[in-house]
Amino acid sequence: MTMPSLAIPRPVHPTGVWGWVTTIDHKRIGILYGVTAFVLFVIGGVEALVMRAQLVQAELDVVSPEMFNQLFTMHGTTMIFLAIMPMGAAFFNYVIPLQIGARDVAFPRLNAFSYWTFLAGAIMLNGSWFLGGAPNAGWFGYAPITGAAYNPGHGIDFWIMSLQILGIASLAAAFNFIVTILNMRAPGMTLMRMPLFTWMTLITAFLLVLAFPVITVALIELMFDRFFGTNFFVPGAGANPILWQHLFWVFGHPEVYILILPAMGIVSEVLPTFSKKPLFGYPVVVLSGLIIGFMGWMVWSHHMFTVGLGPIANSVFTITTMAIAVPTGIKIFNWLGTMWKGSITFSTPMLFSLGFITVFTIGGISGVMHSQAASDAQQQDTYFIVAHIHYVLFGGSIFALIAGIYYWFPKFTGRMYDELGGKITFWLVFAGMNLTFFPMHFTGLDGMPRRIYTYDSAMGWEFWNLTSTAGAALLAVGIAALIYNVVSGWVRGKQAPGDPWDARTLEWSMSSPPPEYNFAEIPTVTEVDDWWASKRRKDAAPVIAGASEDEGHSIHLPQPSYWPLVVSVGLLIGGYGLIYHYAVAAIGLAVSMVGVYAWSFEPVNDPDEGSGH
Amino acid sequence: MATAAHGGEHEATTTGLNHRKMLMWAFLGSDCMFFGSLIATYLVYKGKSKGGPQPIDVFDIPVTSVSTFVLLMSSMSMVLAYSALTRGSLKGFRIWIASTAIMGMTFLAFQVFEFNDFVNYEVHFKCEEVGTGSLTEFEESFSDRCVDGVDEVDGIHDSEGNNLTGLTPKTNLFGTTFFTLTGFHGAHVTLGVIWLLSIFFYSFRRGRVTPERHLDVDLAALYWHFVDVVWIVIFTVVYLFGVFEGF
Amino acid sequence: MSEDTQAAMQHGERKEAAHPSPLTYVAVAMTLAVITAIEVGIFYITGLGHAIIPVLVILSAGKFALVAMFYMHLRYDARLFSAFFAGGLALAAALVFALMWLSGFF
Repeated sequence: MTMPSLAIPRPVHPTGVWGWVTTIDHKRIGILYGVTAFVLFVIGGVEALVMRAQLVQAELDVVSPEMFNQLFTMHGTTMIFLAIMPMGAAFFNYVIPLQIGARDVAFPRLNAFSYWTFLAGAIMLNGSWFLGGAPNAGWFGYAPITGAAYNPGHGIDFWIMSLQILGIASLAAAFNFIVTILNMRAPGMTLMRMPLFTWMTLITAFLLVLAFPVITVALIELMFDRFFGTNFFVPGAGANPILWQHLFWVFGHPEVYILILPAMGIVSEVLPTFSKKPLFGYPVVVLSGLIIGFMGWMVWSHHMFTVGLGPIANSVFTITTMAIAVPTGIKIFNWLGTMWKGSITFSTPMLFSLGFITVFTIGGISGVMHSQAASDAQQQDTYFIVAHIHYVLFGGSIFALIAGIYYWFPKFTGRMYDELGGKITFWLVFAGMNLTFFPMHFTGLDGMPRRIYTYDSAMGWEFWNLTSTAGAALLAVGIAALIYNVVSGWVRGKQAPGDPWDARTLEWSMSSPPPEYNFAEIPTVTEVDDWWASKRRKDAAPVIAGASEDEGHSIHLPQPSYWPLVVSVGLLIGGYGLIYHYAVAAIGLAVSMVGVYAWSFEPVNDPDEGSGH
Repeated sequence: MATAAHGGEHEATTTGLNHRKMLMWAFLGSDCMFFGSLIATYLVYKGKSKGGPQPIDVFDIPVTSVSTFVLLMSSMSMVLAYSALTRGSLKGFRIWIASTAIMGMTFLAFQVFEFNDFVNYEVHFKCEEVGTGSLTEFEESFSDRCVDGVDEVDGIHDSEGNNLTGLTPKTNLFGTTFFTLTGFHGAHVTLGVIWLLSIFFYSFRRGRVTPERHLDVDLAALYWHFVDVVWIVIFTVVYLFGVFEGF
Repeated sequence: MSEDTQAAMQHGERKEAAHPSPLTYVAVAMTLAVITAIEVGIFYITGLGHAIIPVLVILSAGKFALVAMFYMHLRYDARLFSAFFAGGLALAAALVFALMWLSGFF
């Protein structure tokens, strides 16, 4: 084996930091994703707090209007692309292979590449604060305000490049998980025996694969307008800036389901576990997930009811938008049915899941309110919309993700968190969230536009804004409690058993944390919730797969690799190059190419085994 | 990528399908959306340009037909390369894959010449044709040049001699959308040529490209054919419909 | 599971049944060339008027299908692959038509 002619030797069993840098173990990558995304979630939260401080009273001057524009843009972009999506990815990474009975994902190095590329995108976006100013045109960056004529400076350039880089990361991860889920299931695990979280991940991955190319094209067009003087969104040349809105929301609405479907999957795991009942109507929940994924493509123009698409288009999108509430409602009833007559334990994951159902339903109902074009005309671009998006994304996605953090915490860390602390966290976050965002319904209906940096005291919005800011402070305390709870549990929680919740799916059939090779022996699946069923079969009492050191030696795991990181670094350099100097872009391209070639010629496994054929 | 990462090839999978091949097809489905969005942009802006050359001014259908033909034949060559490899003829494989890459480069050369032609496009008409309906809208817009004593208009230049009637990505919406769409197709072809050449040179290392490891070639071939079918769409939608007045 | 027909096809053991001969490939290429010639040819025949649009669409869809089915082996390969490709293609086509409709193209 002579192939990798590059002089750097392959890392063999690296330890310490180097072990994390070159890791291709899905569990480690999952933890990297989770920790990074949580840090970015806190950064996005701080941005929100500064905005709430600015709005606590009328006519304050805490930050300048220019800074305020950057804050809401960065807050939205960070929370959606750098917090919620990668936190979902953290769970995909850690949990999916365990749930389907696999030893890793289908393409472990591609998985590492996804993480490093995500990190590159995060650096690109947040670096903008220190390189002349952050993007300032809102998270959906409507043209033409993002054009060079109205928005000189590099803020929007950083926004474009970071979203492109993050898109590459998301696409690579989505391809990986499609193949993993379809192709690496344990024997007997048919599609209709897959855990719900795996199902929702599969649907999410397909949405990513089909939606991201659209935003990629939109960003390319915007980038060409800014860098090369093309006319895609230049009204003077006859262009129609509405095209940007179409392309953005053709991506953007499936993106909404990309954010919420994994959350629904988590809740669909937690509720049966803590109700000691199988999920009510499993096939229906799967089917409504598929319908949501499909119909998510037919509703995008409801973000554009006020641009004047005409009564026919508005009516069509009103109807499709109202219709998509049906499968969502079906899911909610199935979750309620799951709990019906169950023997419920109100542990922290369960509390967050119940919080999810409650708050997400409120967000769903306000969504149905502005699904009607006529009613939306009143609510468009007001705080009512801000309330809605936060009820579905904070009360929905984030609640479910926190439920997931607590639910799988013993599996991830091998330790238990403090249950009382968890409950306190829940009530702080739940109260803070509602106190922050519920008043925004009132300010919104009262006409307060979103994205304004201040308002006149005569508008009568001060009381509810003060309430929102107080809620935001409470929410911050709640998140601090969450961090404390997680960190203290991780550091000195008591040892977790393999299956602390008497749970249902395969990831609980092994020790906590799982051994590097996951399954000493790949299980054979005979029904939905096979682990739960096997615990109750009379013939054989199952044992938690142990983690004795010698057991795994005959199992061949893919080896660590540098090259995914090299390709990602090349992309980051290339991104900066496109903004500053094309010569640098060429260097970035060259670095990536070297990485891709070295990666291609590097066998998945031990060099000597690789050349055996 | 192209080679060596063949660990999954003999692995038992749930569906019986190869991991990498499944990823490739998912990628191609995704790439459909990429080109779909670019084509949608092109069509939404079709006929909306303000000034500047239009498709009918610059397109040369016979020339583009030839390059289209070359790309179609490269697909045949590609499939024959794959066929030769699976039948165990490494020599045949090398000949066909090299010819595929060469035809790909030929296509790219056509594209470079075409782009160059468009950028340097100059209006040229006889003044007697003005108002007869044989001139394009763009040419008619220069009819004011036909003053007494001028028989024909031969290019429009500024005082420094720069051509003012070329089509660049900045000129109008047609230039913007056309160069972006066909440029990204060209970028795909370029990547394909690099991939094919990599496999071609790799095949000279003993045991690297073998009938058993035909999947490495299969994936490159799928990509190559995809680039071909995208061009089939572009040729009809952009070129033929571009020159057809009624569309 | 790896012993099923699919895996066998991938290992080339049943390639005679699985993949057509080079002659078929050449015949497909000739058909593609002829269709392209027809496309360009009818283009210069005036008098078809707007009927030329559906004709050209059908002809190029035929070319597309030939390449996908024979050269990309979808005719002989797993249906899942066809589903992946057709899904992306159908959604892309729907996107194109929806955006044209919403932009007042028709």
